Amino acid sequence: MRNAFADELTKLGNEDSRVVMLSGDIGNRLFDKFKDKHPSRFFNCGVAEANMMGVAAGMAMNGLRPVAYTITPFVTTRCLEQIRTDVCYHEAPVTIVAVGAGLAYSGLGPTHHACEDISFLRSIPNMVVICPGDAFEVRGALRAAMQQDRPVYIRMGKKGEPVVHKGPIADFKIGKAITIEEGSDVCLLSTGNMLPEAIEAAHKLKEKGISAEVVSFHTVKPLDEDKLKQAFARFKLVATIEEHSLIGGFGAAVSEWLADTETQHKKFLRFGTPDAFFKKSGEQEYAREVLGLTGHQIADKIIHALN
Amino acid sequence: MNVAVRSTANAPDAAALKAQAARLRGKIIEMSHKAQAAHLASSLSCADVLTAAYWHVLNIDPGKPADPLRDRFILSKGHAAAALFATLAMKGYFPIEELDTYCQDGGRLAEHPPANLLPGVEAATGSLGHGLPLGCGMALAGRIKGESFRVFALLSDGENNEGSVWEAAMFAAAQKLENVCVVVDYNKWQATARSNETLMLAPLRDKWAAFGWDAHEIDGHDVGALAEAMQNIPNGSGKPVALIAHTVKGKGVSFMEDDNNWHYRAPTAEEVVKANKELGLA
Repeated sequence: MRNAFADELTKLGNEDSRVVMLSGDIGNRLFDKFKDKHPSRFFNCGVAEANMMGVAAGMAMNGLRPVAYTITPFVTTRCLEQIRTDVCYHEAPVTIVAVGAGLAYSGLGPTHHACEDISFLRSIPNMVVICPGDAFEVRGALRAAMQQDRPVYIRMGKKGEPVVHKGPIADFKIGKAITIEEGSDVCLLSTGNMLPEAIEAAHKLKEKGISAEVVSFHTVKPLDEDKLKQAFARFKLVATIEEHSLIGGFGAAVSEWLADTETQHKKFLRFGTPDAFFKKSGEQEYAREVLGLTGHQIADKIIHALN
Repeated sequence: MNVAVRSTANAPDAAALKAQAARLRGKIIEMSHKAQAAHLASSLSCADVLTAAYWHVLNIDPGKPADPLRDRFILSKGHAAAALFATLAMKGYFPIEELDTYCQDGGRLAEHPPANLLPGVEAATGSLGHGLPLGCGMALAGRIKGESFRVFALLSDGENNEGSVWEAAMFAAAQKLENVCVVVDYNKWQATARSNETLMLAPLRDKWAAFGWDAHEIDGHDVGALAEAMQNIPNGSGKPVALIAHTVKGKGVSFMEDDNNWHYRAPTAEEVVKANKELGLA
């Protein structure tokens, strides 16, 4: 996802002179092409995220389209008040791009994990929250964000994740979920970098004769309400899947929607991270296995819930 | 480079500015009394800075508050909102009568400056340490777009406690934002204690200089000197400029001066009369 972001940003920078890149001293060489072409529109803001977010807001309030980028906890919780007050209160069109969402940087330890950011950012008025499922969704999300006249948060995984879409998504729309695989028994609503696990879960379910629909629910705010209505009306089980805390994340947003709309539903499962720091060493695959977030574990729990 | 027509660099008329500052103080005191709102002393402390800025320095047209070439003035110490509101109304950004709605239900004049609501307010402030980063972003937007406006940010001394101020200070110096000017309203008090007994600010000028700024101490109540120093931005140093303005909290009214109770207290009707007499407004 990371390299797709840098590449798409360079293209957007070529197309639109308002696009400015702010980095929190991260992405060594990642932005060389952007820097080469637009040296006056690239700023390494140093390890000073509060200032970076304020600078981005000041730029956006004066006609530019800044993108503020660093590792997820530092570009979200570290400077949360600047996001809330400088960016969102002023409705400043800043695009915040985070790398290493969820447990993508599991090996770096809890300082670098980010399983709370969706919760914080979606509660702020005027904010859009997008969690792309693969590199093509990153490109679509970034391009769509630049068309907005408001703050957008894009929560990316890392580099080298499986690519799900076959090519560029021509009709990527903020707030419009994408059906990846059609099915008839259960519906897996996945947000962000869990999409490959959701696809694997569907394949495991198919082996057991259960037909699963897989949806990349890339926008957590605003929710695609039409898709939710259809899913809860049609399927005997709906599951949300995310690499984020069950408190305040995508599953929580869907739960709130269910309560607020008084939607009748059958079985509803939420897959996400627990209310605990993940302190063990190990990479993302290991962390997912421990937390029950791999495709086969998700499939097993769904089978269990259906019985 | 788009350069707005800047008012000719006349020498400031210190006597006229002083009289204007007294009228501004009178209005602020009246607002504080009517609304029974806090932060009167903080507002009086910076009245001369606001007067110098709005009545001499800033290249602004109240009829065109969104003019891209205007100079930006950010009241980073947002708790002095009464001073900013009175200034903007007296300059004609909105009707002077609207000041009567200060802190009233349903109005535009809350206790801190709002976002996207009131003409002339460049940034919503109130949480300290936000104005300078925003101002640096504005200045860079001007640089990128080829607009040579200036950015002034008025900070309280207590605000210098915030780490984000110093993040922005280092950033502005690295970016050589010579069209950015910070004025610190150094009245030696913060909300509940002496500033230098809370977090050690002193030597404040040296700190800003060490962070890469062209830093100067100035009498924050010498409105003529303030006007001259601020009008001189950018000053040829190639650096952002910090003016450490020595001020007195509650300045202009003897029984409020340097008495930190007036951080939260609002005056009675009798005290308003007394204050007006001292300001030569009665």
